Amino acid sequence: MKRRKRWFLLGLVPFVMMIVAFQLAPILSMLTGSISQGDGSGFTFGYYSRILQSDYYLKAIKNSLLISIFSSVIGIVVGLICAYSITRFSPKMRDRLLMLSNMTSNFAGVPLAFAYIILLGSNGVFTLLFKQWGWSVFADFNLYSWTGLVLVYVYFQVPLALLLLYPSFYGIREQWKEAASLLGASKWQFWRTIGIPVLTPAVFGTMGILFANGMGAYATAYALVGGNYNLLAVRIGSLVSGDVVNEPQLGNALAVILALSTLLAVYLNHKMTQRSHMFQSNGMSPKASGWRKFYKLKASAVKEEL
Amino acid sequence: MKTETKKAGWGHRSLMLILMIYLLLPLLATFIYAFAKEWQATILPESWTLEWFKEMFLDVRFLEALWTSLYLCIISVVLSLVVMLPAVFIITVYLPKLETFMKGIVVLPYAVPGVVAAVGLIRAYSSGPINITGTAYILIGAYFIIILPYMYQGIRNSLLTVSAVELLNSAEMLGASRYKAFVTVILPNIWPGVVTSTLLSFSVLFGEFVLTNMLVGGHIQTIQVYLYQRVNESGHLASAIAISYFVFILVLSMILMKLGKKVNKGIS
Repeated sequence: MKRRKRWFLLGLVPFVMMIVAFQLAPILSMLTGSISQGDGSGFTFGYYSRILQSDYYLKAIKNSLLISIFSSVIGIVVGLICAYSITRFSPKMRDRLLMLSNMTSNFAGVPLAFAYIILLGSNGVFTLLFKQWGWSVFADFNLYSWTGLVLVYVYFQVPLALLLLYPSFYGIREQWKEAASLLGASKWQFWRTIGIPVLTPAVFGTMGILFANGMGAYATAYALVGGNYNLLAVRIGSLVSGDVVNEPQLGNALAVILALSTLLAVYLNHKMTQRSHMFQSNGMSPKASGWRKFYKLKASAVKEEL
Repeated sequence: MKTETKKAGWGHRSLMLILMIYLLLPLLATFIYAFAKEWQATILPESWTLEWFKEMFLDVRFLEALWTSLYLCIISVVLSLVVMLPAVFIITVYLPKLETFMKGIVVLPYAVPGVVAAVGLIRAYSSGPINITGTAYILIGAYFIIILPYMYQGIRNSLLTVSAVELLNSAEMLGASRYKAFVTVILPNIWPGVVTSTLLSFSVLFGEFVLTNMLVGGHIQTIQVYLYQRVNESGHLASAIAISYFVFILVLSMILMKLGKKVNKGIS
């Protein structure tokens, strides 16, 4: 018995070491860094109060919150409509459509920002075309501004929303609809009393993921606007790896705030998935659950690239 | 149900068409830009060329960046395999009580954005006893954490689908030692699933930019960092790189899909 225990420990040692060194220690270090004074080891909440008193950083937090909420709401709406639409196609088409949108979700970060610069940047193809055709509606569109950022953020939120929402639509079985209509329910009644309640947890859960995604997105914004647009993630980046002023402690405090917001959002997702499991405990065909697993894995992959 | 879903109305069709155009347009633009000699104020470029791809392959910095990316990703994935395989096996089979705790650990890299992770890593390792900021070591450590969720999920799922516990018991009953049972019975059985998560992890790491740029951006150039630097210098060259990168990832995910289907078929 004793020998077996020692064997266990040996197998787990490298794993525990890696986790402690590269996951727990950095988080701990960031937390202590945000509440200790720059030179000594004194304890202070100074950085947090400075952030809360600075219009500049409050603006960055506000901008990040707004763009995340905005882009995830648009992403959810588009994702819901399209996910429903996809369920109306034949299985073969369905697979193809999902594969295509899955493919575009690989297109994120620096390459994505670059593609948008080609299309809509100040010398972009469409920008010049519209100018030539005299479409003045687009004349004051600026890719490097709020609207431009929202446009690009929505682009990477839509496929993710689609991939996360599609399984729940798929989970609403055709038999339920038939049963409901046999019992005399109208289409609207079915959606109001069954469809929407079943979908709601998935919608809020996906919302959490998309929100965290938007809050944490750094590469896209960084490649698109550099340090010029005031976003929380971009601020943290420039405070820590210092392009202009190097103030890592302030960066630590901002990073803690950002981490809190994304952790909260992911927690929401966790709670909501638990709830939606209630509906889908045995409703999935093996093939669907295989797809679903793959997309779940895939969807989390997407997040990391941003 | 089948007759109803087989034919989608034109409303759904045009909606999907719009969605696909919206999603594919940026990709298409990059693609055309990579082959265009001049492209201004026309819907399609006036002349085409392969010059940019030629330039790309003659560019020493590009080849170096590609090589750096490849070996950093391979080292990290292999390290992850070596560390995770025994660890997940032990936890899933012998210490299932730890699984809730593991779920928390595994969800962390997923919930903590790259920027935040970079901040923590820089503070922990830029001074003091272990000063490894700017070296490959810190990056490999960070990469290990990034792919942790995929590796853990992938290995655990494969162990559960092959009923590792029962397999192990039978092997032991037939007289195999614990270690021998793991190597000769469990490993070959979970291999397809493990390969899938390995490839997925690899493609995730290949596209990583945030941590790489913040932790070692000035010292080590991966393909993404190089791409970022090139965007402002030569647009055409950058799109050639972006497209090659994308095709590579695409091929990788195709293989993944095929493998995934095979694995599913094998089980059912």
